[in-house]
Amino acid sequence: MTGIRLAVPERAQKGDVIELKALIQHPMESGFRRGSRGEVIPRNIITRFECFYNQELVFASDFNPAIAANPILTFYTRATETGELEFRWTDQNGESWSDRKSITVT
Amino acid sequence: MRIAALCGLAVMLGACTPSAGTDGAPSELSPSDLQSGYAFLTPETQQLQDDPFENPGYLWVDRGARLFQVSEAAASPSCAACHAEGLNGAASRYPAIEPGSKRLINLEGRINQCRTEHQELEPLAYESEDLLALTAYVANQSHGAPYGAPPSADLQPYIEAGRSYFETRRGLMNLSCRQCHTETWGKALRGDTISQGHGNGFPAYRFEWQSLGSLHRRFRDCDMGVRAEPLPYGDDTYVALELYLATRGAGLEIETPGVRR
Repeated sequence: MTGIRLAVPERAQKGDVIELKALIQHPMESGFRRGSRGEVIPRNIITRFECFYNQELVFASDFNPAIAANPILTFYTRATETGELEFRWTDQNGESWSDRKSITVT
Repeated sequence: MRIAALCGLAVMLGACTPSAGTDGAPSELSPSDLQSGYAFLTPETQQLQDDPFENPGYLWVDRGARLFQVSEAAASPSCAACHAEGLNGAASRYPAIEPGSKRLINLEGRINQCRTEHQELEPLAYESEDLLALTAYVANQSHGAPYGAPPSADLQPYIEAGRSYFETRRGLMNLSCRQCHTETWGKALRGDTISQGHGNGFPAYRFEWQSLGSLHRRFRDCDMGVRAEPLPYGDDTYVALELYLATRGAGLEIETPGVRR
């Protein structure tokens, strides 16, 4: 049960620049840390974040080991048409999590 | 080098003087000085706590809200089946004495008691993600409500037990909770400012943990910080300490989920 929190305005005027926020619960284990017995804690990170607006890629980001646990991104796009925003995170092993929010553009 | 640094730290905390609180330092917090841990955060961290979207503690509150609605087995009602109106203000009343067993229990203990007595479920492990989530969800419903159990004569022996733990020096560094959090709050310790040690933001998201954690996890960190043996999670003495802190901090508001360093 991975927690995802999304902030997308419910409605916007056509042409408006809208703020989007996306937060996911993830340990983002860097691979550089050691446990109490000196063993290396294996790297476990998200490597890619993508945001699609009606299937069109509008924002993407590559994640690296120095990014904190439970990463949050704030970014902007222009409201063009009514539809759906999809937010997708993919980890180093190819596992991915996604969630959607709809937006009404008038 | 390390020894010199530790000794310097001990001198700064006044630990080298045999009787604490005698060098003019107060042994009780005065109500006019009362400040939540929030007051000791940087403006950026305060902003993070205040924003109900960005505050990462709400990941657990969300999870708790889902768990609250779920019936885990056919014979077992969901939390919401009994508590349909929610539990607004409930966190203010804990720790409290459980009427059946006459034991002092905290919010985590109350949730597990509901599970075993009313839901026919196994209790959740202390500090498990699910217990943290449910505790955070229930405590968050008391956000802004007064922190601290209402005083009653029954609670007095537990408050005294908690106070005793708070005031007893322990560990290799021979420090009591009081020496830092009552006598020395506001001063610097390593790169940090010492807070007054209130529990009103817990379960809280700590940057050091990169996760939400219970007040008992915080107690254990403090005990380990003074090089003392930490007590187990859910220990009766920690629950009494939790109660003492709630009376000591009466006048503050519940901030769960707080964000702390």
